[in-house]
Amino acid sequence: MVELALPKNSRVVPGRTYKVADGAVRKKTLRVYRWSPDDEANPRLDSYEVDLDRFGPMVLDALIYIKNEIDPTLAFRRSCREGICGSCAMNIDGGNTLACLKPIAETSGRITIYPLPHMPVIRDLVPDLTNAYAQLQSVEPWLQADSPAPPDAERPQSPEERQKLDGLWECILCYCCTTSCPSYWWNGDRYLGPATLLAAYRFIADSRDERTGDRLDALEDPFKLYRCHTIMNCTQSCPKGLNPAQAIGEIKQLISERKG
Amino acid sequence: MSDADDAVFLGKASDGRLIRRPLSPHIGIYHWPLSMVGSILNRATGIAISIGTLLLVWWLVAAAAGPVAFAGVQAFIASPIGLLLLLGWTLSLFFHLFSGIRHLGWDIGIGTAKRSLNPGALAIFALTLGATAAVWIAGYAVFGG
Repeated sequence: MVELALPKNSRVVPGRTYKVADGAVRKKTLRVYRWSPDDEANPRLDSYEVDLDRFGPMVLDALIYIKNEIDPTLAFRRSCREGICGSCAMNIDGGNTLACLKPIAETSGRITIYPLPHMPVIRDLVPDLTNAYAQLQSVEPWLQADSPAPPDAERPQSPEERQKLDGLWECILCYCCTTSCPSYWWNGDRYLGPATLLAAYRFIADSRDERTGDRLDALEDPFKLYRCHTIMNCTQSCPKGLNPAQAIGEIKQLISERKG
Repeated sequence: MSDADDAVFLGKASDGRLIRRPLSPHIGIYHWPLSMVGSILNRATGIAISIGTLLLVWWLVAAAAGPVAFAGVQAFIASPIGLLLLLGWTLSLFFHLFSGIRHLGWDIGIGTAKRSLNPGALAIFALTLGATAAVWIAGYAVFGG
């Protein structure tokens, strides 16, 4: 359902301001979404003025600095700090991306950070992705084959067949794409969303997988697949430069082609 | 709790109290890429031309009903409001047409590359303005004011 306004308990109110960059040469202000289950209050936007010469070049470096030096109550997910774990996905200046791959130098003025859009918030920048993970599991994103593998080797695949997986296997499941999609915002309970559909296509496109027909059957549904209206926000937001919209298009084409 | 979807919004405070989690901000804070603007306009123009077609039907029905009724509709269409509606209808029609052609391309895998998304949206804006201008200039040149 399209609901443009936020529920009453979710409206963001102005928050606290931390000015701790006295004497700094290069200052930057980060406005960060804050909410804790213990607050008994609406989410708020806290302002942190920081000295850019005290930490590294990425937005994640700024968040880690804030947590270490200014406000230890700030909660966010992070792990690898090099764009391969997908933990620090968040909305930075209106676009979904990985904080560890977003250079502060690419931003102008103050930086505003929200959790991934249209998700239940566990705390601060930590969204609840339970539904999205369940959807991923529903497409059975693993290789399935009835024929036995060669006893002494892996299942063979030609270089051309392997090439079809490029642009698909690299997905790190950060859900930047899924949570950038207006269709997913309005119908996320039934539409699978770009990340899950890209994962589904990764196995449809795999020459070693023998369940292509079943996989297409499972996706042929007005909501699961066809809520994609090629808005293209997924492709625009993917921090790994992948193209979920194209993968979804390939699934749609395969379904119409097999109808003859 | 009104339906099952609400379960995902159920959280617990540190003392074990059940609380309702907030929904993170979405369309109000998202920076709209040009491609998203184009997508929303494609829908809006689709609705606009559907409603605008009623004007066309009114015009045809009036033409069938007789000269007096027809003159009334003609007078309305020639009024500033009528002309504005007609201009909006022309813009919507061309936008929806070009955007629709682009969607056909996307459906067969043409033009889906990231680098072509925003330029494509810009091209549709330009084509829409150009085609609308051409039609209106031609209209005035052929049929007069």
